[in-house]
Amino acid sequence: MPLLGYIRTMLSFSVPLGKLVRRVSRLRGGGSALPGLVVEKIDPGFMRRTLTTLPHGVAVVSGTNGKTTTTKMVVELLESQGLKVFTNRTGSNFTRGVAAALLGEVDWRGRLDADVAVLELDEAHAVHFVNSVPPRYCLLLNVLRDQLDRFGEIDKTAQLLQHIAAKTTGTVVLNREDPRVARIAATLTGQDVKYFGLDDSLLSTFPNDDDMRAAPGSPAPAGLPEKPAADVVLRKVGADTAEFEYDGGTVTTGMKLRGVYNIFNAAAALTLARSICGSGAATANHDTLLEALSHVAPAFGRGESLTVDGQPLDLVLVKNPSGFRLGLKSFPAGGYATMIAINDNYADGRDMSWLWDVEFDSLQEGGVDQLTGSRAYDMALRLQYDDVRIGAVETEIASALAAFIREAQGKPKRIFCTYTAMLAIRRELSKITTVEVVS
Amino acid sequence: MSQSGANPARESSASKGTIRVVQLYPRDMNIYGDWGNALVLQQRIKWHGYTPELLEYNVGDPFPEDVDIIVGGGGQDSGQLIIQDDLQARAGALKDLAEDGAPMLVICGLYQLFGKFFKTRTGAVIPGIGVLDVETHGTDERLIGNVKVTTPEFGEVLGYENHSGQTTLGSSVRPLGTVAKGTGNNSSDGHEGARYRNIVASYLHGSLLPKNPAIADFLIRTAAERRFGTFVPGNPDDRYAQLAREHAARRPR
Repeated sequence: MPLLGYIRTMLSFSVPLGKLVRRVSRLRGGGSALPGLVVEKIDPGFMRRTLTTLPHGVAVVSGTNGKTTTTKMVVELLESQGLKVFTNRTGSNFTRGVAAALLGEVDWRGRLDADVAVLELDEAHAVHFVNSVPPRYCLLLNVLRDQLDRFGEIDKTAQLLQHIAAKTTGTVVLNREDPRVARIAATLTGQDVKYFGLDDSLLSTFPNDDDMRAAPGSPAPAGLPEKPAADVVLRKVGADTAEFEYDGGTVTTGMKLRGVYNIFNAAAALTLARSICGSGAATANHDTLLEALSHVAPAFGRGESLTVDGQPLDLVLVKNPSGFRLGLKSFPAGGYATMIAINDNYADGRDMSWLWDVEFDSLQEGGVDQLTGSRAYDMALRLQYDDVRIGAVETEIASALAAFIREAQGKPKRIFCTYTAMLAIRRELSKITTVEVVS
Repeated sequence: MSQSGANPARESSASKGTIRVVQLYPRDMNIYGDWGNALVLQQRIKWHGYTPELLEYNVGDPFPEDVDIIVGGGGQDSGQLIIQDDLQARAGALKDLAEDGAPMLVICGLYQLFGKFFKTRTGAVIPGIGVLDVETHGTDERLIGNVKVTTPEFGEVLGYENHSGQTTLGSSVRPLGTVAKGTGNNSSDGHEGARYRNIVASYLHGSLLPKNPAIADFLIRTAAERRFGTFVPGNPDDRYAQLAREHAARRPR
């Protein structure tokens, strides 16, 4: 391609060209990655130059679950400390998406007015990204049985995260309670390693994939011989509070986030924010950090609470066995009408096996009022084998949702849903009733 | 060895008898819903009027006696390494059970290790226990997606495959069936799974048994006939299984 070759020699044009493509593709209503692709092709050094020269460099957030909400928390925590943060809010969490987001923020000469970049990256794409842009920090959340359709095996996913850690130049923040993540520490040489952790009393609410089916009393899977000290530990979770321990003391803070697993990720976000702030001239101001943390709302669809007919309606996104088990534990069924929506589109995962790695005993008392989604009958079959009463089954989401809301009038409602089912449910909710987003 | 399941009593007045199911290596070989197969056996044994006793056998445990059904699943490469020596030490006992007609279900990883060997892409040979006359070769190609198999014994079998090892059958085993959708044992001969005596071996997760109750009932019937001489079936409600099968069969690869 002689034209591209010619342009490549004139690097100074790449940013204006990329910005132009971005504008044009926005006018067309096109995807967010195309302008990034253009810049990546003609100026491969663009991202590295722009991001690594930021005062605090780049922080990458990866892992199989909770990236979006955790990244949102880290950004808000850092902003509470007066930092200007660049992040990939467009949800296009791969390299081209980052380049595209970057083009929206840089000036026409390619300069980015930010102190730090906090980027959510899909674990597979993160590997490519860190090869071209070595991050100063990384936060590795977990390796849950989630995306096996795409990557084949959990251990392979752990290797991807290990690669991200190896390319990190400064601090690596690891989940002390996930053996596959914690073990990464042993492979690192130059980096500063910090952990976020859980109180022993909360460990049972966080099954990892290894002890999911372990019999009572059987030895724990080989993790770390002895637990290292964690920078931040989540000690307790209340109805709308959480207690964290750091620097030898404990603090209790209000939390808008729902679900124990979201609050555990708050410990992760705190650890990363403390690392980033501690590395500059000033260290973190913890009053403002906690204030910011208490106001973080969940990312789109991650444990949202809506109001329908004057009653709360919780949407709980479930993507894998551990996430579903956590969801069932975090949101007790008592007093709630329950619906489960299981789709098997590509974004949900086509394999339904994961439903068999979740125990539904906690739903035995109240039963499940409505099942829906393309795999509603797989879900019905799963519940039958756990002796859970099943109300209605209807694969079509719109009519199932309408029936659920009609039948459960006057009761608080909860819907456990896979990703694409959640999108469909939100779409329908906005049609059939006034949806007020309360948090 | 540890117990789970509601009623471990071997004698029960209302029960037609106890059927003992052993899960092989659930701690290390348990992926893609393998628990579902054990749960389905446990529940259907009850629904047929017998008493289930579900035991777990993990590395280093004493091997249970009076086993009626064996069920084993798949695992990560790391899991396969952990069980390797223990499995070899149990090869004789498992072979004797198999030759004696004990019903067994082995999925994916344990299907491969019940065969003669697994040769990895780099040429390393992991020995199997040779219960099944099959061999497996590692490849770079991962076979993933929904599968529909036409079988002579169990009708249409539905499941989901996810493997990179490709298995070929020797002359003393026959395929479980022929793929109508998906790939199955390997990308060349159109076969899925293996049948030998009362062993059902397959690559299919899903889990396999919930949506294929005919296979679950074959294992239970065979177990009951071996232990009690006859099998008196109950009347499990398979409406949801039937509907789940119909919907699964229409889903894309």
